Amino acid sequence: MSSNAVAIPDARSESRPWVLALHDWVTTVDHKRLGILYVLYALLFLVIAGCEAMIIRIQLMFPHNAFVSPQVFNRMFTMHGTTMIFFVAVPVLLGFSNYLVPLMVGARDMAFPRLNAFSFWLTALGGLLLYFSLLGGNGLYGAGSAPDIGWWAYAPLALKAFSPGHSSDYWTISLIVSGFGTVGTAVNVIATILCMRCPGMHLGRMPLLVWLNLVMSGMLLIVMTPLTAAQLMLLVDRYLGGHFFDTQAGGSATLWMHFFWIFGHPEVYVLILPCFAFISEIVPVFSRKPMFGYPVMVAASVAIGFVSMSVWAHHMFTIGMNSYANSFFAITTMAVGVPTGIKMFNWIGTMWGGRIELKTPMLFAIGFLFQFLIAGLTGIMLAAAPFDWQLGLSYFVVAHFHYVIVGGILFALFGAFYYWYPKVTGRMMNETLGRWHFWLFVIGFHLCFDLMHIPGLLGMPRRIYTYEPGRGWDTLNLLVSLGAFVQAVAVLLFVANLVLSYFRGEKAGNDPWDAWTLEWSVSSPPPAYNFARIPTVASRRPLWDLKHAEDPDSRYE
Amino acid sequence: MTSTQRSASAVPFPALETPGAWRLPYRGTVGMACLIIAESAIFTIFVVAYLYYVGKSLSGPMPRDVLEVPIFFTFVLLSSSLTIHLAQKALERGARGAFLGPWLATIGLGALFLYGTGREWQRLIDEHGLTLSTNLFGTTYYSLVGLHAFHVAVGLALMSLVALFALAGRVGRQHSARVGTLALYWHFVDAVWVVVFTVVYVIGR
Amino acid sequence: MGVMGWRQGRHARSGPLTVIALVAIGAFPAVAFIAWLFTAIGAAVPVAGGGHVPNIFAPASGHAKAIFDLSLFVLAVTGAIFAVVFGLIVCAILKFRRTEANAFREPPQVYGSTQIELAWTIVPVLIVLVLFLASARVIHGIQDAPEPPGAVDVTVVGHQFWWEFRYPGLGIVTANELHIPVSDPLRPRPTFLKLLSADTDHSFWIPELGGKTDLIPNRVNRMWLDPQRTGVFLGQCAQYCGTQHGKMLLRVVVDSPEGFEAWARGQQQPAMRDEQAAAGRRVFETTACINCHAVRGTAANGRFGPDLTHLMSRSTIASGAAWNTDESLRRWIEDPEAIKPGSLMPAMKLADADLNALVAYMRTLR
Repeated sequence: MSSNAVAIPDARSESRPWVLALHDWVTTVDHKRLGILYVLYALLFLVIAGCEAMIIRIQLMFPHNAFVSPQVFNRMFTMHGTTMIFFVAVPVLLGFSNYLVPLMVGARDMAFPRLNAFSFWLTALGGLLLYFSLLGGNGLYGAGSAPDIGWWAYAPLALKAFSPGHSSDYWTISLIVSGFGTVGTAVNVIATILCMRCPGMHLGRMPLLVWLNLVMSGMLLIVMTPLTAAQLMLLVDRYLGGHFFDTQAGGSATLWMHFFWIFGHPEVYVLILPCFAFISEIVPVFSRKPMFGYPVMVAASVAIGFVSMSVWAHHMFTIGMNSYANSFFAITTMAVGVPTGIKMFNWIGTMWGGRIELKTPMLFAIGFLFQFLIAGLTGIMLAAAPFDWQLGLSYFVVAHFHYVIVGGILFALFGAFYYWYPKVTGRMMNETLGRWHFWLFVIGFHLCFDLMHIPGLLGMPRRIYTYEPGRGWDTLNLLVSLGAFVQAVAVLLFVANLVLSYFRGEKAGNDPWDAWTLEWSVSSPPPAYNFARIPTVASRRPLWDLKHAEDPDSRYE
Repeated sequence: MTSTQRSASAVPFPALETPGAWRLPYRGTVGMACLIIAESAIFTIFVVAYLYYVGKSLSGPMPRDVLEVPIFFTFVLLSSSLTIHLAQKALERGARGAFLGPWLATIGLGALFLYGTGREWQRLIDEHGLTLSTNLFGTTYYSLVGLHAFHVAVGLALMSLVALFALAGRVGRQHSARVGTLALYWHFVDAVWVVVFTVVYVIGR
Repeated sequence: MGVMGWRQGRHARSGPLTVIALVAIGAFPAVAFIAWLFTAIGAAVPVAGGGHVPNIFAPASGHAKAIFDLSLFVLAVTGAIFAVVFGLIVCAILKFRRTEANAFREPPQVYGSTQIELAWTIVPVLIVLVLFLASARVIHGIQDAPEPPGAVDVTVVGHQFWWEFRYPGLGIVTANELHIPVSDPLRPRPTFLKLLSADTDHSFWIPELGGKTDLIPNRVNRMWLDPQRTGVFLGQCAQYCGTQHGKMLLRVVVDSPEGFEAWARGQQQPAMRDEQAAAGRRVFETTACINCHAVRGTAANGRFGPDLTHLMSRSTIASGAAWNTDESLRRWIEDPEAIKPGSLMPAMKLADADLNALVAYMRTLR
């Protein structure tokens, strides 16, 4: 192998007019830049949706509080849910996928770079549309503003009769638009993984992150589109006089529920799979061992992809399905816990016998393991349908899914940020600020979401703008709101760390964590073309093979 | 631990055991297959809605009273699959002339199918008073058939674009893979029609 | 760069303090939950005006008790799983963390183990089977229970934002407060509810009496309650139905058999006709009130709003949003937005004299 050292100019030393730099970013088709754009976009909406959450929690601090009117409160929880799922979680995860997948498979870019850019801008437009509703939602009747139908938009509440004005239309159309963007990226990821792997990288040698993104993207193809279809039907009802969900004309409200949850449940698996991916990259590196049971991890991921398609009606245990349907969905929901549990055990198995380094990414990974365990167990409780007849539609469910999304997804994301920030920017994040962020967030998270389970057990339903005093919910709600404040402070610390480290962080070099996948073989940040020569790999950990030529992985698996 | 402070290209990766043997699928085909899977999911939802609401309309014209089975136009659409296949094969051989004829025929047959759909809708609206807002049957019928017709129209637009380039002499053998991707889409549209036909005109009546 | 934290980026301390803190934070939710559980189970804290703190772990009916028993089983199983897995995580961190001793050796690179994988696949599958069988039994037991003779039939119609209760067998129509007889386990007299909706989705939930079931337009749902002690039980609508979903409260009064008979007889009577309130009745009958409300025995026959025939037999108005007092009644008629903003009751814009008369009339509807 000849060494043709290529002089890579430091991008920051160029002094170009900022207009040209902006133009470069807006017209980019480079997967790395699009990944960064996705992540920045998501962080902006994280702050906005976080403010919406704070408004909700302030209103609920005291019974009969009048911080906001019920109309505003209903818009807050609708916007909070919709924004967090579609304009925070999906973009940030697709952003990481965009950045990492081509690097990890040894490609120079995604399969369809222009489609990549188009997909990003569609998603961005969707977010702007949703928030434009605050201005444009009033419509002819003077009713409207931001949507207030809940992020599930159950029919017939979402139909014109009960939602005059245009607020519901902004919800519908913004999600259709961003849905196309999401499907576009999914197509791109699949095509990249199947068609652009570097020589030697059989499917069985891909990093687990790549596998999980493959499964996630495959799921997205058939999961995002039912929502699009249902929303098109909703538009037909609202504007063309259709009767898809018009119960007065014989239509069915439960049909919307089925269509929505056929999207909605697999969607949360779509969100968690990339987070499993992050954990599967971080835990081995910081335990200094390969992933325990790689083939089983792949099989479990695929199994989760399939089984999760069959569980959707566990969101509908209370709608009066017959006992056979309820039993079916109970067992499928419990069944999907089996491959998930297997993954959990495999991560622990990776840590076992290793040499665990408790740096910030690993702290967040451990937090993930612990919190995802609890979230999974409360999920099992909800899967037992009769138990769900009590727990469902209450704050227990709200606590459960925030445990998964904040305690699981967000923790894994934080870990991923601290892990890959050096690669993207060339600088390390501040470890002290990272620890402050971690501990503050853990304390706030547990204060908020552990206690949130209890009002649910005491009969507090979801989506209520206020509650009666003396039901035992008062103190708990106050403490939950305080926990939310603590988390908000921790997130601000994180944002500060992101910004400060960009300017003053220690230079990272190619491989600050001594890791083993291909992205660590290029400079930090990588050059625009990723690899001067497309690499060839002979095992799952190509850099381990290079660093330990006396004992390469290719000898064992 | 040694940190790998190498420049981007100097990492000595091992050579492939049998160079030249590393062949992966064409990304156009994979991309189109993914799109087809996604679109199938959309159509499935509309089909499920259609089947769920069979017989549930509270009033108005019922399918068996107003629907006429469009055998001729179905034949037209399905034979356009044959013509596009012939066109694609011709392009792979490099026979530009033999490509253009069947390609234009495909567009013509597709347009004829759309005309047939339009004529059927006009008959339903004018003679039977069946619109999208009449009853559940109207809503689900126009939505499902309309969604399919929309996909036909998009296919026609894309094929016309290719036809324009072909008439200008710019389409050759090197484009056969890309044209094949479009042909795959067109076959999908025809397959969807088979499903829609069965659901609407066979099961739903 | 001398700012603290960056120079030592690569060599973080992973000392015992970190580990202890991790474990403590980890144990907090478990300990808190268990401590709370012990205090909450069976707790029945009275609230002002009669009623308890609603609590799914204080079942007061056979239906709720079946769910409670299952929930204890599920909690026990999940608790055991938590203990085992949490223990494994803690052990792994404690035993295998980086120390000065092993800092420069890569540990043995273990790739997997088929036996271990099998073990931790088979055991969860068995657990799932057991949990499923336990759940299925309760699902069928509750949903497929036949209706015994003598059961009370109630039709519940959900509205934005109030509850309509009809007793077809008894000829009673009332609103917001449901009276049902207590059901002796040896000679059960459950109440079977037929759940309908006039507009959007709602959900009927009284935690101590049973699980919730939704009210969905164009769909008939059924559920049953068999309360095994008398008292007042609180709940509220559990499915988001619009602006005032939060104040669509529920009150279920479980009477003794004699109490229920007495109540039913009272409800079956037409409205009391008190000549002293004639002025108010005239206001009621000549304003728009009768478009929405019904008072049996008069010209008022509106079905859009609650039936007011025996309004004074209820403890609350506006579906629980306010107590049934002179003052709140007056305020409700005058300015509903002050009590329940976004409810569908319009402000009646009456003159003071008319308003007083009307309230006086309402007070006679016992």
